[in-house]
Amino acid sequence: MGSDNAFATVALPHLDAAFNLARWLTGSRAEAEDVVQEAMVRALTYFPSFRGGSSRAWILQIVRNTAYGALKARYGERVVGPAAVGEAAAVEDIPDPTDDPETALIRSDDLARIDALIEDLPVDLRETLVLRELEELSYREIAQVTSVPIGTVMSRLWRARRTLTRAAAAEEKR
Amino acid sequence: MSAGDCGKLLLLQAELDGELDAAESAALAEHRANCPVCRRNESTITAARQALRRATYHRADAELFRAVAGRIGALRPPPARRISVPWRGLTTFGAGAALAAAILLTVLPVGRPDIVTALVDDHVRALQPGHLLDVVSTNQHTVKPWFDGRLDFAPPVKDLAAEGFPLVGGRLDYLHGRSIAVLVYSHGKHVIELFVWPASGRARVPARAERDGYNVVHWEANAMSFSAVSDVEPSGLEEFVRDWRQAR
Repeated sequence: MGSDNAFATVALPHLDAAFNLARWLTGSRAEAEDVVQEAMVRALTYFPSFRGGSSRAWILQIVRNTAYGALKARYGERVVGPAAVGEAAAVEDIPDPTDDPETALIRSDDLARIDALIEDLPVDLRETLVLRELEELSYREIAQVTSVPIGTVMSRLWRARRTLTRAAAAEEKR
Repeated sequence: MSAGDCGKLLLLQAELDGELDAAESAALAEHRANCPVCRRNESTITAARQALRRATYHRADAELFRAVAGRIGALRPPPARRISVPWRGLTTFGAGAALAAAILLTVLPVGRPDIVTALVDDHVRALQPGHLLDVVSTNQHTVKPWFDGRLDFAPPVKDLAAEGFPLVGGRLDYLHGRSIAVLVYSHGKHVIELFVWPASGRARVPARAERDGYNVVHWEANAMSFSAVSDVEPSGLEEFVRDWRQAR
């Protein structure tokens, strides 16, 4: 019980972050709740091997892996595999529809629309953006959570931001 | 490198994300000041950041908190055994209603914690760093409009600074399947939270309850349910409720 309480002290403060990430990855409240519960039980199992450092990144890494497991079970490998990355590259090739696409994003008062634009991002860009902007993790922490080098975090973050501003501008044009 | 990159793109982004140290950032400054590509990329990054600031942050609700806490063995013992219902406080209910309320509380299914536990758990959770307030303001005219558009009802907001219970802000919470308003007041070093939601007509909250040192005072008025939750002593909480109900 003593060590369980130590785990609770480390893990429970990150419950919002865990749920936010799971919800953005799965797109569903119910599924995110299942993912968080499963991830927290897993984290409890791994806790004896937790060596300190950022407990938030550690928890989020387990949540992220659990969520990917759920996504794979739902859609098969391709959703989280290279196909998603290819999709991102395709979006990048769309030329700027206006001289100043980012203003479309700034103008948008429709919060649901901003959410929808983020949800449309490929999962690898979406998670990087959510971890950076909503969880305010450092590049190093994002690299840990998503198991990629820091350079990849940086390029994904840029692609996510550019894709988002361009998609907003393209939508406005329609 | 694409046409949109002057070679410093990711460095510029790192600077805007606060990832560069002073020396790196100074080394970039001169280039950045004279590079039109950087200016344009900066506006893209800034626009995306501003948009993300308005994106939804999905918070875990109290039921998920309880479920997780239960599964990792951090949950308090089952509530039914620890409920204390002061009979004196329930005179307004009438003995029959009080008995019914007490029985109802004891036989509530384990799957769904009773509402007193839910309220106290929400309150305790809100006291954790970073959880207390969605809107910070001592001005009731700021707090009240903040709730507009976020709830399907308009909670009454009052400031009791003159009575010694200044309003410090408000937040949204989620209780037994619906979004509710929480008004947060301070009293010395204590925090008093007032949970407000539309009365359902079949209130199952006892007028007074205590759980783990936290007191709950509940009432209904104008088709709204109100539950004040705090660790202040019962008489202090009663005083808060009396003042709140009398305030305009």
